[in-house]
Amino acid sequence: MAKRKGKMVSLTIDEVKIQVPEGTTIMEAAEKLGIRIPRLCYHPDLSLSGSCRVCIVDVKDMGYYMAACSSQVWEGMVVQTNSPAIRQARRDIVELLCDNHPMDCQICERDGRCELQNLAYSMGVRARHFEGKRKRFPIDISSHSVVRDSEKCVLCGRCVRVCAEIQGVHNLSQHGRGFHTVVGPAHLVNMDDSVCIQCGQCINVCPTAAFVEKRGASAVWDALANPELHVVVQAAPSIRAAIGEGFGLPPGTPCTGKMVAALRRLGFDAVFDTDFGADLTIVEESHEFLNRLREGPLPMITSCSPGWINFMEKFYPELIPHASTCRSPMSMVAAIVKTYYAQTKKLDPKNIFSVAVMPCVAKKYEARRPEHALPDGTPLTDAVLTTRELIWMIKCYGIDFASLPDAEFDSPMGVASGAGDIFGTTGGVMEATLRAASELVTGKPADRLEFTEVRAVEGLREVYVAIGDHNIRVAVANGITNAKKVLDKVVAGEEHYHIVEVMACPGGCIGGGGQPYPPEGMKVLDPKLLALRAQALYRIDSGKELRKSHDNPAIEELYEQFLGAPGSAKAYELLHTHYTPKLPRGIR
Amino acid sequence: MMDVHTSEKPAVAGDGRQAVAAVARAVLGETIAQFIDQCVLRPQPASQLIAVLHKVQAQFGYLGAEHLDAVAQLMQVPAAKVAGVASFYHFFRLQPRGKFSVNVCMGTACYVKGAERVAQRIMDELGVGWGETSRDGVFTLEGSRCLGTCGLAPVVMIGDDVHANVTPEQVPRILEKYIRAAREAAV
Repeated sequence: MAKRKGKMVSLTIDEVKIQVPEGTTIMEAAEKLGIRIPRLCYHPDLSLSGSCRVCIVDVKDMGYYMAACSSQVWEGMVVQTNSPAIRQARRDIVELLCDNHPMDCQICERDGRCELQNLAYSMGVRARHFEGKRKRFPIDISSHSVVRDSEKCVLCGRCVRVCAEIQGVHNLSQHGRGFHTVVGPAHLVNMDDSVCIQCGQCINVCPTAAFVEKRGASAVWDALANPELHVVVQAAPSIRAAIGEGFGLPPGTPCTGKMVAALRRLGFDAVFDTDFGADLTIVEESHEFLNRLREGPLPMITSCSPGWINFMEKFYPELIPHASTCRSPMSMVAAIVKTYYAQTKKLDPKNIFSVAVMPCVAKKYEARRPEHALPDGTPLTDAVLTTRELIWMIKCYGIDFASLPDAEFDSPMGVASGAGDIFGTTGGVMEATLRAASELVTGKPADRLEFTEVRAVEGLREVYVAIGDHNIRVAVANGITNAKKVLDKVVAGEEHYHIVEVMACPGGCIGGGGQPYPPEGMKVLDPKLLALRAQALYRIDSGKELRKSHDNPAIEELYEQFLGAPGSAKAYELLHTHYTPKLPRGIR
Repeated sequence: MMDVHTSEKPAVAGDGRQAVAAVARAVLGETIAQFIDQCVLRPQPASQLIAVLHKVQAQFGYLGAEHLDAVAQLMQVPAAKVAGVASFYHFFRLQPRGKFSVNVCMGTACYVKGAERVAQRIMDELGVGWGETSRDGVFTLEGSRCLGTCGLAPVVMIGDDVHANVTPEQVPRILEKYIRAAREAAV
């Protein structure tokens, strides 16, 4: 909203006089006075919609209630945010939303964490007065990652806006009109067959359960109960930074040890660290980068984020030669589990059930890609759980997470450097790469370990980093709309970067589509929440002696015993992948 | 049109934008493609979307998913938006028209004399809702307000034929005649 500098407007809100800059909305002005007007479709990072009408207030002499989120203040405005009539009107609005909504809260994914439920409670909806016809839509569970249940949709449009404005994907739209309006991809096709990149931000911003992840827990329970199967699990860097929130621990509490203990108690035969895969990724990727420095093509673009990979294949296929061929850390660990680990344990890979706990729903799609399978078609990863699903499993099992003693990961894939931990936040892959590349390029120990200039907390960083005699041009972007700015410059040949890190989700994996819904008092994609989760990872990193991926003794051992050297034929076969242009082609 | 249907994964046709654009031009035909080329040159090209959709519907009789996707590619407007606009306006048809339009009069007289039950029977027989076309492409079901023949209520018009005093029980026999006609025309 256009705020003209300097010009102040005086108004009265609930009999208190206040001055705010011109262009401020009623909602923002009220917040300055400590008045939190109820809201539903509003999100400060998204464009204004004003469609839900939950935030209505009474403005003197207007004759009708105005939406506080989308109405700018004017000189002499007199606003009343509360009265019996306003409260009744808000309650009626929420009640009408509920009346066109299934009454199955107890069996709903979002029970207890649903904004509509909370809103109905706080508005005082205690009975149904308007019960009538309800919209009916089939649930679309055909996607590998994202389930669309339009009966639970309240048409707030937050998913449509996050998909278009934050992610630049524009996959969702409202179709039809009136009572029959439904949100979905063009022609309401399966999410996998649309331009959806499976990032899951629609799940994060949805106030209800109209978008949820495809469930993976049943297959995991079955595997854990099957004595024939050797069930291994790996947990991504960002899980340890967020899982505590599910058990009432303050956001930003590092929970590595408790997480490992909980996984072991659930019955997994081995608990591995995806950070090990991150270290392996760095070793392979910095080797690849040195080759690209000599032979091109540059820039090299990171390949860890499966949402980004999906986006590239559908929107920027001409950049495929620039994407690192390295598999993601998850798929690297999974590849080693079903080869090296199977050999050392004398297990048939077919009897190993490999689970990955990820902050991400696109990982569910990645796991099903035919590229990530053994030559006989056995998938490398058998099931992917989101952070939310793991929290639920731990609760379901009756584990008192907060009081668990710390436990250690299993070897051989349990040792990881701090560089692996920071993969979970924006700039982490870049920082880890720079730690390794600076030594590989100069042949001398790195003179510094922390590259704070690449931590793109505001979404996009483009900087030069000096490595020996080289001045490396790097770009780090999170959220696809930010990434597009860099990618367009690469396509146009306007900028010559050496390395570009792209994370599909805001803040990187810590803001992934599978992470816990925000705790009370915080909003979806809250920068404060993302900062706390990132701090947890930086604390783990700085607390470790081992901070460089290539110094990881377990990685050295893996190369000695099994892979040979970085970039060897065996490493290439097991740790690298390829990408293909996909349809439908997205409009960028 | 509101059903969830999974489409076949299309084969990848080249990685460049040109290949995708060429497919889109072939779907819409050169006349419409050139019209879009003109639209795109104007300021605010996305605002020409409805004009383009009118052209496409005039040409093909309806707006199919393949037409909408092609419009999206040539106008560089996201397909979800194009499909959202097309499904919002009643004027746009998202399915091809059947060989015969079945027009059930829902005017007051016909309604009182049981037109709703007749319409329901037609829906059950054909497996369609209002505005939809039967799977075999023979019928499109439409409702209208008063055909001006209230003395014959309830009235169903099929093609140019007026069927008077229709009961739900008569519906299968009435439809049968047109199915046969369509079949004979196809042979």
